[in-house]
Amino acid sequence: MPLPVTIERSERIRHPLREEGPGGGGPIIASVDIFLQQLINGLTLGSIYALVALGYTMVYGILGLINFAHGEVVMIGALTALAVAKMLAAAGLPAPLVLLLALAAAALVCMALGATIERVAYRPLRNAPRLAPLITAIGVSIVLQQVAMLVWGRNYHSVPQLLPAGSHEILGAQITEVQLIIMATAALTMLGLMQLVNRTKLGRAMRATAESPAIAALMGVDANRIIMLTFVIGSALGALAGVMVSANYGIAHYHMGFLLGLKAFTAAVLGGIGNLGGAMVGGLLLGVIEALGAGYIGDLTGGVLGSNYQDVFAFFVLIVVLIFRPSGLMGEKVAERA
Amino acid sequence: MNPRHRAFVGTALIAVALAMLPLVVGGALGNTWVRVLDYALLYIILALGLNIVVGFAGLLDLGYIAFYAVGAYLYALLASPHFGLHWPAWAILPLGALVAGFFGVLLGAPTLRLRGDYLAIVTLGFGEIIRIFLNNLNTPVNITNGPQGIARIDPISVAGHPLSKPIEVFGVTLSGVMLYYYLFVLLAIAIVFVGIRLQDSRIGRAWVAIREDEIAAKACGIDTRNVKLLAFAMGASFGGVAGGLFAGFQEFVSPESFGLLESVMVLCMVVLGGMGHIPGVILGGLLLTLLPEAFRYGAGPVQQALFGKVLLDPESLRMLLFGIALILVMLYRPAGLWPEARHRRELSGK
Repeated sequence: MPLPVTIERSERIRHPLREEGPGGGGPIIASVDIFLQQLINGLTLGSIYALVALGYTMVYGILGLINFAHGEVVMIGALTALAVAKMLAAAGLPAPLVLLLALAAAALVCMALGATIERVAYRPLRNAPRLAPLITAIGVSIVLQQVAMLVWGRNYHSVPQLLPAGSHEILGAQITEVQLIIMATAALTMLGLMQLVNRTKLGRAMRATAESPAIAALMGVDANRIIMLTFVIGSALGALAGVMVSANYGIAHYHMGFLLGLKAFTAAVLGGIGNLGGAMVGGLLLGVIEALGAGYIGDLTGGVLGSNYQDVFAFFVLIVVLIFRPSGLMGEKVAERA
Repeated sequence: MNPRHRAFVGTALIAVALAMLPLVVGGALGNTWVRVLDYALLYIILALGLNIVVGFAGLLDLGYIAFYAVGAYLYALLASPHFGLHWPAWAILPLGALVAGFFGVLLGAPTLRLRGDYLAIVTLGFGEIIRIFLNNLNTPVNITNGPQGIARIDPISVAGHPLSKPIEVFGVTLSGVMLYYYLFVLLAIAIVFVGIRLQDSRIGRAWVAIREDEIAAKACGIDTRNVKLLAFAMGASFGGVAGGLFAGFQEFVSPESFGLLESVMVLCMVVLGGMGHIPGVILGGLLLTLLPEAFRYGAGPVQQALFGKVLLDPESLRMLLFGIALILVMLYRPAGLWPEARHRRELSGK
């Protein structure tokens, strides 16, 4: 039966380095520099994965549930920001203000979306068999994707240049300002989140709920509120990540959420799902593995496999981690939960 | 009439109805709809296979379509001008079951000790890996012909007659799609029979025990790892057979037929119909293939009539409603539309 076909994402989401050269060949750089270049690309990509992975891992830590729809929330964030940015830029506002307002709008939309998803699709099923929320999550993903397609169409949208376009050279490798900004913002955001979780009253309530909802409730924590806030914070991080992805690749698309979500989930599992630090480490590591893998697979296999296998690495990493260390790299703390 | 006679008459009536269906549908609505029926039957076979994994053994497999892809590509490679091989379908289909089953073991062996939702993600990843390989294995050696897919696949032949050619029986012309319909109906009945026998067998009871409580099942002396692996392999081999049938029927395969959405679709047939309940799964398969098709033809004209123009693209409207239906069914009928009696009791008394 004909179904809407999944566009070849693997052809679209590719390394900035790969997209520069004609036919995906990439510029010819000496071998040490390729390593450094791919490392930089990988760290950029990895900080985005880490931000998305935080959304998965926070929800998993508290509910023991894979929020399958998170990738689509990221997609909605990216497209909302893009639409707002285009509108404001047309009105003639200065670029930094446009960026901030677009980001704020995307964050608000995603936070509302996250809260709604939790309320409608997950809360009624909290005591249901494990399969049930997973299936509603798939339903939510499909709905979000189709809504996005109806609103924004099937086309790829190019992202206006709002961030400075310059680049710096380090030891022969290029690092663009966009990459620098992405990495810095991601690092700051993660630092802020750590502070929130470890230092504030809300954070303490979140950790208590993750440990035991019933006992946290006895201590006066409103579990429903905490769970909803967790979704809201995760979605806001997702919106930020969505904006970063579209800034990094220069395109946004209604289908961008699926693969990104899957990889971010892999990152969360790699670091140890339910563990915030783990999500960050896992995200960065996965980004670097992917970038280096895509850069070297051609040489390693004598040209048999090319960088079009980049997307395979994430799944390969996932399967290997789950076989040899299912609790992830930093997962001891939550290994026996749920 | 005594019960035996009644059962006999009932079976005969169903058989006659199934035999007449394509003629009636073909006469009233045209061969397009007979083709839709063919696809519905393929999906039912696929859903019955997944039902073993998800419904009986309770293992969530989100990459089931990969086994379908393996079966389909095996058929395509062994019976098409691509490699110049023209094996008979009846040799390829059992081989497809074996190879898909082997892939099932390959994937299942390391992952089946994981908890349910991890398994879901790993199988999902496996499905994507298979698709990426199908897409890219055209260089340096052209194995799968990449995104273009493999065309001009040999049709399935029965007694030397390729089913794609019409045949005249007692003055009635049976078109190709009708012939395929009869083949698929027979195979679907065989698979239903296998499914029912499996369900009541020692293995089937072991599967249900694992689904309900793995630790208790282990304590009862069930070798949970091997029994789960068996479910995985058996489900995969059903998928492989269905894939072979699909390739022969469509005479063309390409990677885009085997996306995640297809996996989700088959999963939904199982879940919406009633996990672990064979009549429910058949109902789910029928509903989810026929309704969207009806929708595809109906949604445009209806919107035209109501609003004077087509407001929403019928294709995405269809998917939208499909997503909403998934959510609603899980919220209000978590055991599916036609659940198994045992399952229903247990969920309502939680």
